[in-house]
Amino acid sequence: MPTSPEVPSPRHHGCPSATPVNIVLGVIGADCHAVGNKILEIAFREAGFRVNNLGVMVAQAEFIAAALETDARAMVISSLCGHAEIDCRGLRERCLEAGIGHILLYLGGNLTVGETDFPTVERRFREMGFDRVFPPGTAPEEGIAALWEDLRRRGCRQPAGDTKGPGRA
Amino acid sequence: MPELLLADVGSTFTKVCVVHTDEPRLLARAAVPTTTEPDVNQGLDAACRLAGTALDTALPLLASSSAAGGLRIAAVGLVPSLTAKAAEMAALGAGAKVVGTFPYALNTDDENRLRTLEPDLVLLTGGTDGGDTSHIVGNAEVITRTLPAVPVVVAGNRNAHDDLRRVLDGHQGPVRFADNVMPELNRLNLGPSRDCIRQLFLERIVIAKGMGRLKARADLLVPTPQAVLEAVRLLGQTAGGLGDFLAVDIGGATTDVYSHGAGLPSNAGVVYKGLPEPIDKRTVEADLGMRHTLSGVMALIDLEGLCAEHGLQPEEVMAWTTRVAADPGAIPHSTQETAADTALAAAACRLAVQRHCGRLEEVWGPEGRVFLQEGKDLGDAGWVVGTGGPAAFGPAPEVILAAARRRAGSASLLPRAPRFLADRDYLLWAVGLLAQAGLDEAGARLALHHLREVPGGDAPSCRRVPEGTHRGE
Ligand code: B12
Repeated sequence: MPTSPEVPSPRHHGCPSATPVNIVLGVIGADCHAVGNKILEIAFREAGFRVNNLGVMVAQAEFIAAALETDARAMVISSLCGHAEIDCRGLRERCLEAGIGHILLYLGGNLTVGETDFPTVERRFREMGFDRVFPPGTAPEEGIAALWEDLRRRGCRQPAGDTKGPGRA
Repeated sequence: MPELLLADVGSTFTKVCVVHTDEPRLLARAAVPTTTEPDVNQGLDAACRLAGTALDTALPLLASSSAAGGLRIAAVGLVPSLTAKAAEMAALGAGAKVVGTFPYALNTDDENRLRTLEPDLVLLTGGTDGGDTSHIVGNAEVITRTLPAVPVVVAGNRNAHDDLRRVLDGHQGPVRFADNVMPELNRLNLGPSRDCIRQLFLERIVIAKGMGRLKARADLLVPTPQAVLEAVRLLGQTAGGLGDFLAVDIGGATTDVYSHGAGLPSNAGVVYKGLPEPIDKRTVEADLGMRHTLSGVMALIDLEGLCAEHGLQPEEVMAWTTRVAADPGAIPHSTQETAADTALAAAACRLAVQRHCGRLEEVWGPEGRVFLQEGKDLGDAGWVVGTGGPAAFGPAPEVILAAARRRAGSASLLPRAPRFLADRDYLLWAVGLLAQAGLDEAGARLALHHLREVPGGDAPSCRRVPEGTHRGE
């Protein structure tokens, strides 16, 4: 289980087989539901990711700072309390602004209150820039399988220099 | 060896003391103005003579120095709130003066700034282990091009080490690799880089600053602020010591704040956010000082409020600040000037302590109010120590130290009910040197004997009083 950075990585190779893939995990906004977050941390770690878990009540800026510093390939975000739409608005744009516009954004949990038609909910969050949106109660394994698939599709070959922060001349 | 010679060079006064370590006590003490022409040795010799000894006695010598601008470090990191902040904390913990903090990728403006700043050392960080490598490698290229002879301590993503070795291969100054200041997200590891900085300070920097003789003579030589931080650690940790506490040094140009304490959230309803902070923490406010940077204090205070609090007229404060602006060596003469000086020191103390301590932020969530804590909660700190400047030697240290007390309704996590101590004999640096030399017990006993309690703190109700502390004056 590659939880420590033992494997020296060829620079920005980014391929999961050679070096652990960093992801940033957390529950967004003023949401304090902590149980699912712990389960997701364990599940993603056991699936081979290096999980940088920010816990609950995570601001957008914290997700972005963590992704920059860890060179993360994906943000796996939960929202349980029903405020996802407010809490997630503008995240993709802020990622673009920070130089990590290509990062995969995953979202799951109880995203809305009252809204029962999931395809509508999904469309709304996809339009906000999320790559994958999962319905309430999705098993972590489903998210993990999807993430590997998306990473494979990206060839695990992010070009060097895709994580430049502001200020790069 | 029961007797030791301790010396501190570089601040306004060069100080020397002779200490008996078996029966910890001060045998002799002297201070003379620090000399710079041709170097610090003249002052040092004079201070030794005044203390009835000589620099070349057989006594072991432990020394601290802030000469020639101290240890000037440029801290380079990636994200401002993460590795750039960790680098800054590491440098401050090593006793450095952080001349600049540089996040993200260094650009041409940064290059020019680095050239102008001429730091003594660059602390290069960026990326968690296994995280981002592109910024630290790119920044190394800029640094070796911009400051080819300056010592570099690398303490970033270890996965970038191979590339960094290649980039820094031709660097003329020494390059040392230390463990990452932030190996995992939000986990600090400041010790290894601090040790590397300390080593380079001794091997290279003190010699470059004309302290070769002191280095050759001294059994230990560290930056002065690091010695003070070491004293803070010792007094915080020692059984019967101070426990969690704050120390404040208000100087002419900067205000230094030190604290001992984990400062974790004190109740379950508070969520901690951001980087954890070191148990022994130092911050330096470069815009808050009583002489050269008094304008910085003036820019931040509410003059009317300050005057109301201290029974002054705004014109009296303005008159004093005008005098100081014209002559940074000014000494208050009238009672109004003294009161203005004290009031401004209290204001600087408050601002510096607020920046040092953490903050609580109220967040209204779906369920009501929740609190986020960033930085240390020093609410339970039992003491505030004035060391150096008006908080130790002024006519009214209690007024200045009281400014470090938390006010009702404030979001800053300042001590709620501290008592006050003054380092009247200005010994914390010496105590830190003893601690650094492994003489913890001697250092602690010396400190607790010489720190004077200043009245005006909170009632000692149920709090332990350190042994040997003088009560009152
Ligand atoms: C326990 C609980 C609480 C506890 C939380 C304690 C804690 N610190 O964790 C307390 C009492 C504090 C609480 C408070 C509130 N709660 Co509550 N709470 C629950 C409850 C009963 C269980 C949550 C839980 O732990 N589930 C177990 C974990 C394992 O499941 P999970 O969180 O869903 O996570 C899993 C999956 O969803 C998935 N997953 C999650 N994120 C993601 C992301 C991706 C990408 C993927 C692939 C998968 C994935 O994987 C996780 C692991 O298996 C749920 C109801 C329920 N049965 O779900 C309500 C519930 C979540 N709470 C709710 C509400 C409204 C609140 C409150 C606003 C007020 C209230 N009515 O109580 C506050 C909000 C406080 C705040 N600031 O966030 C609503 C949310 C309504 C909505 N969104 O439609 C729920 C659904 C109850 C309901 N039916 O009304 N709550």
